[in-house]
Formats: sequence, C-alpha cells, structure tokens
Amino acid sequence: MQALKYARAASVDEAVQMLRDGGPTAKVLAGGTDIIVLARERRRKVELFVDIKHIPETTGISYDSSNGLTIGAATPLYQIYGNSDVVRHYSALAQASHVIGGTAIQGRASLGGNLANSGPAGDSIPAQMALNGTALIAGPNGRREVPIVDFCTGPGQNVLGADEFIVSLHFPHPAAHSGSAWERFIPRNEMDIAVCNSATYLVLNGDVVTEARIALGAVGPKVFMVPTDALVGKPLTDETIAAAGEAAKATATPIDDMRGSVKQRKHLSDVLTQRTIRAAAERARG
Amino acid sequence: MTTANHFVLSAVINGEQRDFLADERDSLLEALRERAGIRGPKEGCNNGNCGACSVLLDGRLVNSCLVMAAEVQGAEITTIEGIASPEGLDPIQQCFLEEAALQCGICTPGFIVATKALLEENPTPTEEEARFWLAGNLCRCTGYDKIIRAVLKAADQKGS
Repeated sequence: MQALKYARAASVDEAVQMLRDGGPTAKVLAGGTDIIVLARERRRKVELFVDIKHIPETTGISYDSSNGLTIGAATPLYQIYGNSDVVRHYSALAQASHVIGGTAIQGRASLGGNLANSGPAGDSIPAQMALNGTALIAGPNGRREVPIVDFCTGPGQNVLGADEFIVSLHFPHPAAHSGSAWERFIPRNEMDIAVCNSATYLVLNGDVVTEARIALGAVGPKVFMVPTDALVGKPLTDETIAAAGEAAKATATPIDDMRGSVKQRKHLSDVLTQRTIRAAAERARG
Repeated sequence: MTTANHFVLSAVINGEQRDFLADERDSLLEALRERAGIRGPKEGCNNGNCGACSVLLDGRLVNSCLVMAAEVQGAEITTIEGIASPEGLDPIQQCFLEEAALQCGICTPGFIVATKALLEENPTPTEEEARFWLAGNLCRCTGYDKIIRAVLKAADQKGS
C-alpha cells in the first residue's frame, strides 16, 4: 500500500474540510471495496482516506410514504436489501443491492460508492436512475442536488467537483399502481461484472402505461435512459413491450470485450428491457 | 522509502482485548497477520474476489483485505481462530472434516467463517441459499459440492 493516512470525519463539514486540506490525493472512504484496491494497485494516488461512514447523514435508511426514501451514501448494501420498505416500494434497488459482489462485499459496499465510481456497468446505477433518484452532494461551496440521470458523464467520470462527495441518495415515493424491477446478465450468477443490466419503473392505469423509466447499463460509455415512446400512453401488450425492447436495442452503443460481443449486448439490451418491463408490470398489478 | 505512520490498534479479537501497533497503510488482513500474529485469515487475491481473508467485523462478514486496519478501532473481530470453543471444534469445522470439504486448506478459514455468518443469519439455508451466500469464497480444489454438503450438514446438526 502507498504511504497513507486515515482520518474519520464526524460531520459533513469536517469531511469537506479534510478533503480540502488533503488536496487531490485525499479520497473518500465509504465501504472501501473499490478504492482500497485502486490504492493498493496504485491505479489511484491516495495519501489520505477520509472515512465518511461515521457521519449520521451518510449512513442509514429513512422512508415514509410522503417523503419517499433517503439512503445515506455509505449505507452498506445488506441494509438496503434487508429493509422491508425498500424491498416493497423500491424493488429494483433491493434486487441490484443483493447481487453486487458477494456477501462479504455487501457487508461494506454502498450505493454512493457504486454511483461515485461511475462505472458503465455499475449494477445499482440503472435502478437508481429508473427510480428517479437524486444525489445530495456536499462540497466547499455548500450543498447541491443532482438528478442521478445527470450524475455520470462518462466511464469513471461524473459531476463531482474537487472536494465534493455524495452525502445521500433520495428517491421519490413511487406512484400508486407502479412497480420496478432489475435484471442483469453475467456468465455466472454472482461475483462478476454485468454484460448488460437493466432496470424499469412503470405506472399502470388499468392496462395502459402512464409513465415509464427504463435504464440500461454495460451497453454504452455510461448508464443511460431508454426512450419510452413505444410504451407510454399505450396498453401493455406483447407488441408494445417488444417495441420498447427494440428501442433499447437501438439506443445501446456497446463495445466488444472479454465478457461479451456487441451483437450479444445489443440482443441482451432488448431481452433484459422486456423482462424488466414484464416484472415491473407484474408488481404494479400486484 | 516511505515513512510509516504507526498507531495503537485496540480491538476485541476472538473475544480478547488486543492493543498492538499497526501502520495506517495496513489492511485489516495485514494487521491481523503481520502485527497481531493471527494467521488464520489468508491472502488469496487481495482484491475482494476470493474470500480467503473472510472475517467477522462486529458480526458482519467482510473481506479483511478490503478493510483498513484503522477503520476497526474499537471493533469486535472474529477470525477462524475464534470459531472453535474451548470444548472442541465448532460443528461447522467438524462437518468440514467429516465431509472432506477441503484439500489444500487455503480457502477453508474463509469458508468456515462465512458459513458461521450464514448460519447465524439463516440457520436452515437451502442448498441454493448456501451457494449464493458463499459465492464470494473461492475454492480451487474441491469443486464446492463437498463444501456445500458440509455446510448443510452443519446446519442440520445445529438445528437438531
């Protein structure tokens, strides 16, 4: 490991101050499941870890039916899929949290970390986008809120400025008769990086889709939203679901790599989109 | 050469209060093995893929290679050394022996600690639940079937 120091921040302001004092080689430490590896392998120069896990606002989950869901950015994943309100009202988020890494990773890793890493295949990011999340960011100039759809700007890149970090993530309460679902494809069932992942949130009025939010990951330089014109305002049928899948396929701009080819990823964009639409619809009806 | 930043790490390890010098650069795994002389947790991949370094941190299963030693100040840690009781082996360990759920043994401390955490949370796992829970622990000898047999047998015994 590089020569580094460790500091535990007790408040958001103290964390910002520590990051400022530490300069560009001071990094936020939440679950540490990515940044510790990056530091050890010297893929990032790190001289100071600012541990944000002991700040009240960055850990824990609060939910109520008027304000929706707020999750501290450093809250470990096991608490997210272990929370009955999240499982019930934000199913896509619970599903994604349950399969990121393995059990030991889920004991530490966080949604804030997954988002801040801004990987094109980040498993929770489609769910965070489909559920219309907002990131609360703190920094030297105070606080600001950024819609999660606007957070990532490219592979490993995002809107965080110097000495800024994510404090918490907020998700509005889902509408009546809505549902969400998340799926991914990987060569084995656990412990790998997605070849494609997808999340859908939709609202039904009878059989008609009144609102839909579909996000796809691992098939472009960043996770992105799929156009939903084929679905919204129309009855949910095999034809409209297939058309939404086609739209997903058409929007995807994947690359070939060791995990999957362009052709396979295009195909998966279609298939997983259709599956998450069907699963979300089932929950909306239930 | 870089300068070491030593600090006194105080934690309850396997039920015993321990205070020892560690370096701020140390992972929990390094501090346990190199500073505290607790060598049950193994370094496999050192990046969170293999689970050989699995320990319980305040009762929660973690990869000790992905935790900084400085993070665990005041915490409670259980390694493979803390699984057996003074009376004898834990049923999980006994079942691993009886089912021959190991060959070279490098992954075994991690598997047993992870199984301990599994059975605390879910005393009667299905085979699928056991395999899912243990997906972050890799074995390159046995092919897992014997391990899963041992885990399910231990669950049976603990339940009866």
